[in-house]
Amino acid sequence: MSNPQIEIQLIAALVAMACAIPGVFLVLRKMALISDAISHAILPGIVIGFFITQDLNSPLLILLAALTGVITVVLVEFIQKTGLVKEDTAIGLVFPVLFSIGVILIAKNANDVHLDIDAVLLGELAFAPFDRLMVRGTDWGPKSLWVMGSILLITISLLLLFFKELKVSTFDAGLSSAIGISPVIMHYGLMSISSITVVGAFDAVGAILVVALMIAPAATAYLLTEDLKKMIGLSLLFGVSSAISGYWLANILDASISGSIATTLGVLFLAVYLFAPKKGLISVLYRQKQQKIEVSLITFLLHLNRHEEESERHINHLQEHINWHEVRARTVLNLAEKNNLVEIKNNVVSLTEKGLTFTEKSLEYIINNKDEKIEPMKEDFFLFRG
Amino acid sequence: MDNQKLAVQIDDLTVAYNYKPVLWDIDLSVPEGVLMAIVGPNGAGKSTLIKTILGIIKPIAGSVSIYGKPYSKQRKMVAYVPQKGSVDWDFPTTALDVVMMGTYGSLGWIKRPGQKEKKIALESMEKVGMLAFKNRQISQLSGGQQQRVFLARALAQDAAIYLMDEPFQGVDATTEIAIINILKELRKAGKTVVVVHHDLQTVPEYFDWVTFLNVKKIATGPVKEIFNDDNLTKTYGINYKVAVNK
Ligand SMILES: Nc1ncnc2c1ncn2[C@@H]1O[C@H](COP(=O)(O)OP(=O)(O)OP(=O)(O)O)[C@@H](O)[C@H]1O
Ligand SMILES: [Mg+2]
Repeated sequence: MSNPQIEIQLIAALVAMACAIPGVFLVLRKMALISDAISHAILPGIVIGFFITQDLNSPLLILLAALTGVITVVLVEFIQKTGLVKEDTAIGLVFPVLFSIGVILIAKNANDVHLDIDAVLLGELAFAPFDRLMVRGTDWGPKSLWVMGSILLITISLLLLFFKELKVSTFDAGLSSAIGISPVIMHYGLMSISSITVVGAFDAVGAILVVALMIAPAATAYLLTEDLKKMIGLSLLFGVSSAISGYWLANILDASISGSIATTLGVLFLAVYLFAPKKGLISVLYRQKQQKIEVSLITFLLHLNRHEEESERHINHLQEHINWHEVRARTVLNLAEKNNLVEIKNNVVSLTEKGLTFTEKSLEYIINNKDEKIEPMKEDFFLFRG
Repeated sequence: MDNQKLAVQIDDLTVAYNYKPVLWDIDLSVPEGVLMAIVGPNGAGKSTLIKTILGIIKPIAGSVSIYGKPYSKQRKMVAYVPQKGSVDWDFPTTALDVVMMGTYGSLGWIKRPGQKEKKIALESMEKVGMLAFKNRQISQLSGGQQQRVFLARALAQDAAIYLMDEPFQGVDATTEIAIINILKELRKAGKTVVVVHHDLQTVPEYFDWVTFLNVKKIATGPVKEIFNDDNLTKTYGINYKVAVNK
């Protein structure tokens, strides 16, 4: 690997990490949209900052633009508080206005501003290594590396210091406020960090990828874990690995790096969305089917329990009496037999000792409305185990 | 009443959302050591009253004091059980972790919970019979268990005053009895407990003090004296008849 190649990957990985951390809290606070709003609304801040500093990586520009991000949030909340429109509408009202102000500012001053809207939206990582930090003639590496490195360091320190505060204010703003951990401060702190991260990263990777790097890793991790710390860890992992593999994908396809990283993030999310062990679509569908069979099984056993007469329990009659589709009747019958809940003699089905206890217990729980007790009971009776 | 300390004192309190008042000129004193129900129809402002006492909502007029001082100076004296639906139960965390949040107030900013806080949380979970579920993800708890987790969290706050918003919502008879026994224990230990309550039938059995609320305060005082059809009718608007067994 050449030097610029390593530098590009390093920058991509830093951006991914810096985005993943605030991203987790945005996703948990159901504020994914706000990151999109910030990423567009900061444009006028960037342009004005650029007039003043003439340097896209200047810390002053970053702070000015981040301020625009926070103003966006304030405006959105203000409009929302009037009670006339919902939050998503308020977001939809604010950011196009600010974004177009930015676009007009650029167009009006096209001669002085070396900013191009395509680059702002899509960014181009491939160029990031060219803008270098020179101190007294010494080359200290790409500027974005330093910018993103500093932002990441700040984000990690804040996360470590305020983890407890972030957690409680995200989970239960009421309690948080009552015990003196102001959710308002936490909210604006998170918004400021998100804005700073977006501004710092947009020059290197573009606004769209920033949003993808904030939301996709966190949303993916959310499907896989039920532990906040692990969710943050997984988001970091997904962000960095998508950034690196996206880079190589772009290399192979000779395509835009930002585009390839965004695609990798999307594919990763889709794969997890389908195959995640608990919350994945496939396992959810499988579980629903299993539950349907379970309910049928219990209904079937109850029917056997209530009917002494053999005619009611003849295999051919069962289908017609309980009124199921033939396939399901067979699945249920097989399941019951495999678990030794019923026995079949001369085509007549009867409950075994075990089947009888199981049925009586289920009946008791159903009548007493203690559904939660049926779950462990299934374990006791070894249902659905091979 | 002069010789009894006031746990909570509310004067001329008016609270509004978007300039529409939902609590109107409330005066209310809660004596120390009572187990008090707040009753009133949906939308009466019960949750709003609790949140205002806790400083979560700022009133447009009036004041609240806790043992004679503003709430902001007395945070550690007050524990809170929010209405169950007010949080996202899909949040990635365990029951124990939620109970630990009860200790965050005394920890203050930045300091992290340690062994001591964990011990407090485990003891509180034991009291509400939830120890076995300590590592359960909170979305995998039943409604009644979630309510117990909230109660344990309030116990972990170890306060003098407990404010609870519908702790009996969606719990079965066993859990309801378990919860009311804990509340009675708290009262025995000299704590003040304020509970938003919907089941009027059980008011005389569970509580010794009651406040009727519907935007305005209708009445407040000992259950034996003021829990009657007259006040119920004033509060709920319709002609209310409950069997008040004394
Ligand atoms: N965040 C809010 N913004 C605007 N209006 C609100 C808000 N929260 C509550 N309200 C309104 O204030 C009034 C009082 O609400 P509150 O939640 O205090 O009622 P409650 O007595 O607790 O009712 P419930 O028995 O249904 O819990 C209601 O009319 C409600 O619609
Ligand atoms: Mg309420």
